[in-house]
Amino acid sequence: MARAAQPGRSHGIDPKLKRTLVTPEGVALAVAVAPASARIGALFIDLAALFGLVLGFVLTLALLAWAYSSAGLPAVSDGFVNFLVVLFIIGLLLARNAYFLFFELGQRAATWGKRAVGIRVASRDGGRLTAEAVIARNLLRDIEMFLPLMFMTSGGVQGSLSEFAAWSGIIWVGIFLVFPLLNKDRLRCGDLIAGTWVVEAPRSTLGAVVTKGVAPGAAAADAPSLPPDRYRFGDDELSVYGEYELQMLEQVLRTANPDAMETVAATICAKIGRSAPSGDERAFLDAYYTQLRARLERGLRFGKRRADKNS
Amino acid sequence: MNGQVTNPGGEQAVAAAVLRSDRFRLEREADWVRLDGMITAMEKGRLKRLADDDVMALPVLYRNLLSSLSIARESSLDAGLIAYLESLTLRAYFIVYGTRTTFGGWCRSFFGGALSRSVRAIGFDIVVALAAMVIGAVLGFMLVDADPQWFYRLVPAQFSDVRVPGASREALAGTLFGKQDGEGLSVFAAYLFNNNAQVAILAFALGFAFGVPTVLLLIYNTATLGAMLWVFASRGLTVEFVGWLSIHGTTELLAILLAGAAGLHIGRALGFPGKRSHLAALSQSGRTAAQVMTGVIVMLICAGLLEGFARQLVQATEVRYAIGYGILALWLAYFFAFRPRRS
Repeated sequence: MARAAQPGRSHGIDPKLKRTLVTPEGVALAVAVAPASARIGALFIDLAALFGLVLGFVLTLALLAWAYSSAGLPAVSDGFVNFLVVLFIIGLLLARNAYFLFFELGQRAATWGKRAVGIRVASRDGGRLTAEAVIARNLLRDIEMFLPLMFMTSGGVQGSLSEFAAWSGIIWVGIFLVFPLLNKDRLRCGDLIAGTWVVEAPRSTLGAVVTKGVAPGAAAADAPSLPPDRYRFGDDELSVYGEYELQMLEQVLRTANPDAMETVAATICAKIGRSAPSGDERAFLDAYYTQLRARLERGLRFGKRRADKNS
Repeated sequence: MNGQVTNPGGEQAVAAAVLRSDRFRLEREADWVRLDGMITAMEKGRLKRLADDDVMALPVLYRNLLSSLSIARESSLDAGLIAYLESLTLRAYFIVYGTRTTFGGWCRSFFGGALSRSVRAIGFDIVVALAAMVIGAVLGFMLVDADPQWFYRLVPAQFSDVRVPGASREALAGTLFGKQDGEGLSVFAAYLFNNNAQVAILAFALGFAFGVPTVLLLIYNTATLGAMLWVFASRGLTVEFVGWLSIHGTTELLAILLAGAAGLHIGRALGFPGKRSHLAALSQSGRTAAQVMTGVIVMLICAGLLEGFARQLVQATEVRYAIGYGILALWLAYFFAFRPRRS
């Protein structure tokens, strides 16, 4: 049974966090669930950002108040100041939610913290991420974390915080904090309720075309301007490797590290019984890569895949 | 061998490409790069700066990208290319199937009908929660009526300063009229971070345990209310007490009722998911409940303002009734009679 090698992006990601997402068009896409470390990192960045925003706002207000009083304008009534403070308290209460909502409802579906660590929110069923879902997951964040901490702080300030209440608050927050570690999709309770999950945000850069050698056969007619290739490999020389080795070779060629190329060229030469092309590894590897890929892709067109050298 | 491919999509480059899969790539690369640029712009929120042609071309480019990816997977062994196409497709997919609403747009739709719809959607749970609250209040009243000692078990110490069984009529009336708790501001602040806001949020959060703790919490809290009512009723202050309570209590009790109902809604979905999977049932009910809870938070802020300011300013019982039940009527009309057509 021929088996395809796992190509590309999924290299270097914990296999336990790999998932497949099927678009409504029926194309399967590989997504990776964001690891817990990225989640907690994003949370701390967000908390710092929120703290900075509130601090900046309060400092601006203080500056305005100072400017107002030093300008010698008539004093404002207590009632009006009270009113402003009430507005401020409401604003503080809503700012937190507004921050998360505003950014997660944006096109990137990620707060500053999530952007910084390269993750985003997505709908678990592959459909559209709705505003209701974003609301739900952020409302639950309040219940999981902010509100217990707030009640504990205000209780502590007023001196009405009993030891029992403090411990139950800590346990409450603790349970919700470790909850993502206890399920395979790293879902927070809010994600569970909202039908969302947090995945790695994809990044894409297109590398240059790697094939530069001349494929055996037809290619010579297609590209007469290319100089005749010094390296030609027979079928027996190409049949020793499969897709996995091809893609490793591709990586070596893309990074173009001379030491690595020398080692790889020596390995290939030892395997196929040629003498090492000292000083000309690049050309050798280019040619070998191109001809190996031409051979494997021809097999592919006939439905024959070869995952690696052992298959 | 320095035959660099510098002009993607150009005839020369396509002709120079050695492999069929590379020709496939070079013929389509310009489209991918164009889509890539558009997606990058949209991710940065610069949708309006895109040319009309680009916006019109987006669906076509997206479909072409999907088919390119499918073909590349079956015909190309260029891992770099497939990785690029996969991540570009995922990005495009997130854009094409991304959120359609902005924050402002959501606010409009939320207050312009979505909240009311969600409240109506949990009608059954509201009835159950209301029953629990009524039973609690009656229970509290009857228990204290049977044995005043129950009062001390039901009412937390912080409330039972002078409001205890056997207190004089004057002392009780004093708690209903005149300034007692200092300024409106501190009352407001204390309110938001204290008892009743906590009760509402707990009632919702405990819904996860199949709703049972929610019902108990609702019964217990209204039992406190019933006990308090008995104390005032025993001195003939029922009407005044209800007026004092109503000015903010109608909003607050309605908020607690809705929060409890939202919790029950989730608990019920967990316990009886029907033909859906537990997770699907949970997320479906969770979204509705979260909408209701957002409304509850708005209501609690209103209740805090009413308790902090209106109750101090308005001392006449009739006006307190008018305000309290006027606002209640407004809430009910908004939730149940306000049915704008879905846009």
